[in-house]
Amino acid sequence: MKKFVIAVSAIALATTAAFADVIADRQAVMKENGKQVGVLVKMVQGEADFDAAAVMAALTKLNENVQAIDVAASFPPGSDKGDTTASPKIWEDMAGFQAEVDKFKAATAEAAAAPAQSLEALKPQVAAIGQRCSSCHETFRIKKD
Amino acid sequence: MNLPGKLAIAAVIAAGIGGLAFWYLTAPGRIDAEAAAVLGTGDAARGERIFWAGGCTSCHARPKSEGEALLQLVGGVQLETAFGTFVAPNISPDVNDGIGAWSQEDFANAMLKGVSPSGRHYYPAFPYASYARMKPADVADLYAFMKTLPAVAGRAPDHTLSFPFSFRRGIGLWKLLYLDDAPVIAMAEGTPENVLLGRYLVEGPGHCGECHTPRNIAGGTDKGQWLAGAIAAEGDGVTPNTTSGEGGIGDWSEGDIASYLETGFTPDFDSVGGSMVEVQKNIARLTPEDRAAIAAYLKAVPPRPNGYPARPSTQAPSD
Repeated sequence: MKKFVIAVSAIALATTAAFADVIADRQAVMKENGKQVGVLVKMVQGEADFDAAAVMAALTKLNENVQAIDVAASFPPGSDKGDTTASPKIWEDMAGFQAEVDKFKAATAEAAAAPAQSLEALKPQVAAIGQRCSSCHETFRIKKD
Repeated sequence: MNLPGKLAIAAVIAAGIGGLAFWYLTAPGRIDAEAAAVLGTGDAARGERIFWAGGCTSCHARPKSEGEALLQLVGGVQLETAFGTFVAPNISPDVNDGIGAWSQEDFANAMLKGVSPSGRHYYPAFPYASYARMKPADVADLYAFMKTLPAVAGRAPDHTLSFPFSFRRGIGLWKLLYLDDAPVIAMAEGTPENVLLGRYLVEGPGHCGECHTPRNIAGGTDKGQWLAGAIAAEGDGVTPNTTSGEGGIGDWSEGDIASYLETGFTPDFDSVGGSMVEVQKNIARLTPEDRAAIAAYLKAVPPRPNGYPARPSTQAPSD
């Protein structure tokens, strides 16, 4: 019996450990997205001067990251458990989640294809991207702390 | 008569008195004539600001509405809580299904006293415990603004609550305990105007404390942990601590808070999420002065550690 419990625990641990990498990876992607978006938001807020080259670089990097998002690989079934703020709704409504990710990809692709050349043009670009962040986080992320 | 008989009669009388006392104490109270007179005539243009500060659309518009559709307050949003499921009603100016037939005084009674035109208690899922702190003139302005919105037909289904919460009269007791128009956070004389404005917006129309403050077993907000964050009453997860205490937003500047309310981006460029998304969109419609006032107030409230338990995790918490 004791061995059985240990074996089950070991499997449980191994499962958690297996998803720990997936979770850490997808969190790293989000952090990186935040970093690029931050470059843009700072300009919009007047904390940084408008810099067309920096805008292009940030949008390009952001778009590369976002296009690389693979929902099936990064959100396998069971990876709602562990140190994650991903909502179980992702797995309850995988099609809805995929649709949000696709809209995000479309938004960053559009922005990266025509990076803003002025602060005035940057504002709606940042707003459109922000809209995608919050729309997905509204349903598919849970605040845990 | 023997002793048990006398006791039984005494018990019946006591129960009767208790019942009467209960009935008396739990009677839905309306605003008095003086308060009704103070309402005055509302101004729709000013009322729009109160409308967005109050976040009416978050519950009373159809879910995920945008643009003009946000102004169709047909109701229907369901709040699934431990008490049961609350359904937001139609509050559009439709005469049959909405509040089109309401007088201004009816409206003020709903907002400030949580009482319907027919004299029934509303459940405090409708956040009148916060709205009770609103200025009568603002309520009148809001009434005037809401009259300008489109009338939409359609009734939302009733709440489905478990006993004893299905017993509306009991809300009268709840109100005795928790319905109070005094400010939550006392402020010393000489407190800057914008902090007081922020207090008004947060504690009154904005009703931030309804989600960001933990509740006790009777469903009242715990004023000793005001805005310290709470386990979400509805859905999963938590509503964050917005005080400067441990786990809160002590490292956010007033500018960070105002900017978050305007753009939805946190200081580390994460985005707003959950039900705060709709709230943030509403607050973004206020003036920069109003957002700055909210920020100033949040920096002035007593710092508290998180009003919810740490999440069970063996790993270091990430964001």
